[in-house]
Amino acid sequence: MNESKPFRWTGFANDYGMVIVLLILIAAFSVLTLERQTSTGTDAGRMVARDIIASHGSSSTVVVVAGLKPPDEAFLREATDTLEAAGATVAATVGGKPADARRTIERVLQEGHSIDAIATTGDAAKWSIYDRFESVGSDKCVSAAPTLWPTFAKSENVLNVANQTAIYAIIAIGMTMVIITAGIDLSVGSLVALAAVATAVFIRDVGDGTETGSGLMVVACCAGVGVCALAGIFNGVMITRLGIPPFITTLAMMLMARGLARRLSDELSIQALPASFTWIGGAATFGIPNPVILMVVLYGVAHVVMSRTVFGRYVYAVGGNAEAARLSGVPVKRVIVVVYTLCGALAGLGGIVQSSKLGSGDPKLGLMFELDVIAAVVVGGTSLMGGEGRIFGTLIGAFIIAVIKNGMNLMKVGAPEQQIVLGAVVLLAVLVDTLKRRGTAH
Amino acid sequence: MVITVDTAPLLEMSGIRKSFPGVQALSNVSLKLHRGEVLALMGENGAGKSTLIKTLGGAHRPDAGTIVIDGKLVDLSSPMAAIEAGIGVIYQEFNMIPALTAWENIFLGREQTSLFVDRSDERSRAAALFGRLGVNVPLDIPSRQLSIAQQQLVEIAKALSQDVRILVMDEPSAALTPREVRKLFAIIRELRSQGIGVIYISHRLDEIFEIADTITVLRDGLYAGDAPTSDITRQQLIELMVGRSIENEFPKQAAEIGDARLVVTGLCRDATVTNVSFEVRRGEILGLTGLVGAGRTELVRLMFGADTRDAGQIALDGRVLNINSPRDAIRAGMCLLTEDRKLQGLVLCRSVRENFGLPNVRHLSTFGVMQQQQERSAFSGYVDSLTIRIPHQEQLARNLSGGNQQKVVLAKWLQQNAEVLIFDEPTRGIDVGAKHEIYQLMNNLTAQGKSIIMISSELPEVLGMSDRILVMHEGRITGEIGDVASTTQEKIMELAINR
Repeated sequence: MNESKPFRWTGFANDYGMVIVLLILIAAFSVLTLERQTSTGTDAGRMVARDIIASHGSSSTVVVVAGLKPPDEAFLREATDTLEAAGATVAATVGGKPADARRTIERVLQEGHSIDAIATTGDAAKWSIYDRFESVGSDKCVSAAPTLWPTFAKSENVLNVANQTAIYAIIAIGMTMVIITAGIDLSVGSLVALAAVATAVFIRDVGDGTETGSGLMVVACCAGVGVCALAGIFNGVMITRLGIPPFITTLAMMLMARGLARRLSDELSIQALPASFTWIGGAATFGIPNPVILMVVLYGVAHVVMSRTVFGRYVYAVGGNAEAARLSGVPVKRVIVVVYTLCGALAGLGGIVQSSKLGSGDPKLGLMFELDVIAAVVVGGTSLMGGEGRIFGTLIGAFIIAVIKNGMNLMKVGAPEQQIVLGAVVLLAVLVDTLKRRGTAH
Repeated sequence: MVITVDTAPLLEMSGIRKSFPGVQALSNVSLKLHRGEVLALMGENGAGKSTLIKTLGGAHRPDAGTIVIDGKLVDLSSPMAAIEAGIGVIYQEFNMIPALTAWENIFLGREQTSLFVDRSDERSRAAALFGRLGVNVPLDIPSRQLSIAQQQLVEIAKALSQDVRILVMDEPSAALTPREVRKLFAIIRELRSQGIGVIYISHRLDEIFEIADTITVLRDGLYAGDAPTSDITRQQLIELMVGRSIENEFPKQAAEIGDARLVVTGLCRDATVTNVSFEVRRGEILGLTGLVGAGRTELVRLMFGADTRDAGQIALDGRVLNINSPRDAIRAGMCLLTEDRKLQGLVLCRSVRENFGLPNVRHLSTFGVMQQQQERSAFSGYVDSLTIRIPHQEQLARNLSGGNQQKVVLAKWLQQNAEVLIFDEPTRGIDVGAKHEIYQLMNNLTAQGKSIIMISSELPEVLGMSDRILVMHEGRITGEIGDVASTTQEKIMELAINR
């Protein structure tokens, strides 16, 4: 008798089919968005400086020119530092418009310098000002050579996709648990708004707005999550004690929570929030956006909970066959209440991250989130019949949807077409699940 | 009785093969059925009976083999094709819309419409069908209000309305009372006299010898043999099915019976259970019997906390138990092996290992984290000792045969090491070999001083295995039989119908 499951290709395709789909999508969008990319920022600065030293020697006089975009500043700093470190003279650095560059070059020439080279960013190299000076000319411009790289796979874009997915993915953890119990939670979108507004109102009224200390800010966030957890408890109790179907209970909660968020905020977006609050969703640690880090940690915990703990075992059993679970001593009602509470709390957490990212507690946040979240869970292979599904499947599902959206954006596909495609993707995912079910049932 | 048998068979299946991922369900099975013949299809659970009749019903397509009806090769690629070929299959789970009436169910999907359904015509045709069967079924109430026996008649009438010439019945007697089984047999004889070939599946040997003309036996997906019923003995048939000889159908070994352990006093709920009091002793198998609907299952569900009781008290070893849920009952040292494995015993979409662990998570986890290694090794002990046939522990419970499913349920409760075990129809739908193993297991349990309450409708089993018998009728205990050895089935029946 075998202790472990033997390896089978069909099983492999079932378990990792969605990962394969995600990889195919990534590869496809990478090929489709392959373009000449000019490097920017620090890398470009260093590259340009080295090129100038190599071609003009270390005693050359250089003007460094860049535009006004955020990476341009890094370019200026890095190019200047590298040039000076090599012994070259940096006559001037300009971060501004073409006119600023023209005036600066004029001044440098008037001061009697001869300009050997102009270090520019890719964009600034295209300006027409250089040819106005006889002694300069655009042939003296040195900029970083363009490289062939997919726009989709640029690190900013990848982080951007991950950052945008994080909120949906965090909420989808709770939704996965709910759907595994054969339930549904339509209230998560409204709870996003409720948490955002409740936290912002707390900061405004109990704290001191933008001057609120970190301690009180943490309390405010706990309050926001707590309110949503309470909404989840309410959902769970209605479902288990009064026997109201999850669809109806959470539909009602969707309306009530949205109304409550609008009432609490007087329909206004609250923007007086401290920097410690906007740090949660807006900042990055070690170059990775904070929401992405939060998402990864939560998925790790959720995976362990669902696959290794008694609670996880109970959740699957309740969804698979509630009566058999009850007769085996599973506290079915308690499990369901806890699952809806977790789903509410995670939606609240998603709301805090979202409002932190946008810097406002807005009662209009999270509109239609429930649909995207449910779509992520379904695409991730969790059965709406209950009893089956995986936490990491949902993460993959959320990324599949995000990658499709992002890829279509980069390819300039219009919003209406995107909706059609996403609808088809959800349908396809359920179809695959149905066919799989038919294949294994005998 | 003289059976007229045509030389050309009505149905001839030959060389049928069918495999599912990881299982060869049928390998080279053949079967012949003549007009006006009742053929009993026998075999242990997992022998391939269900797969074989599903290929007949068009639910499964065989990988190889031919099916010939009236000398014509047929392709049963769908349930519709099977109906057109004249085959009607009545599965254990009926295909009925509970909200529709009997006649609406009979003509479901085949309504004669000219804009609207011709209701009165359908109703009278349904009445005629029931007339042909010589039975009376209420026509105008929703099917969910019909008894199991009546629902079965609706299924038979539906098959007849499709002009079937071959009628397959999978365990039709499993949920019927003895009287209803008599009626069913009368109907089968009537169908036989009309030239219909009947394939009858049952685990009850008595029935087979009464109704069947010939017997075909399958074992492990292979054809094991066939014989006219008159040429085979009960013992030979059992040996053919099991593949080895079984000495004694009921291997009862009386254990030493001690003091009362579980004492139930004045248990009541609505109209289903009325003022029931009894006790179970150490080392005792208490048989609990009665007709279907007598309140036996309802009684044990009350004891187990699965339903809420209106009144009454349960005490174990002199301590009054506060049982409000199955969870409480399990913690107090009780377990309930439910009568319906699929709906109440197992989470079919999860692995057998998880099912095994479900009531035992407290002992198989530390600080809420499952100890999977411990769980695996505990379960593999039962896989060996109960000879559960599974390819691996991650096998889904859904993919097991009935007998193996029952053994998984048994394993999960044995691991619980309960003091009082309630077995509700523990051998229903289970083959002879597995039955025997379950009886042995009950002997072992009582030898350890455990107490067993065994609900059973099969009187030979009740008489063969019980130390004491309680008989119920309409929610009350109508009799207690202490001297099991000198009692008879007739005496129990008298108490069960409470004359």
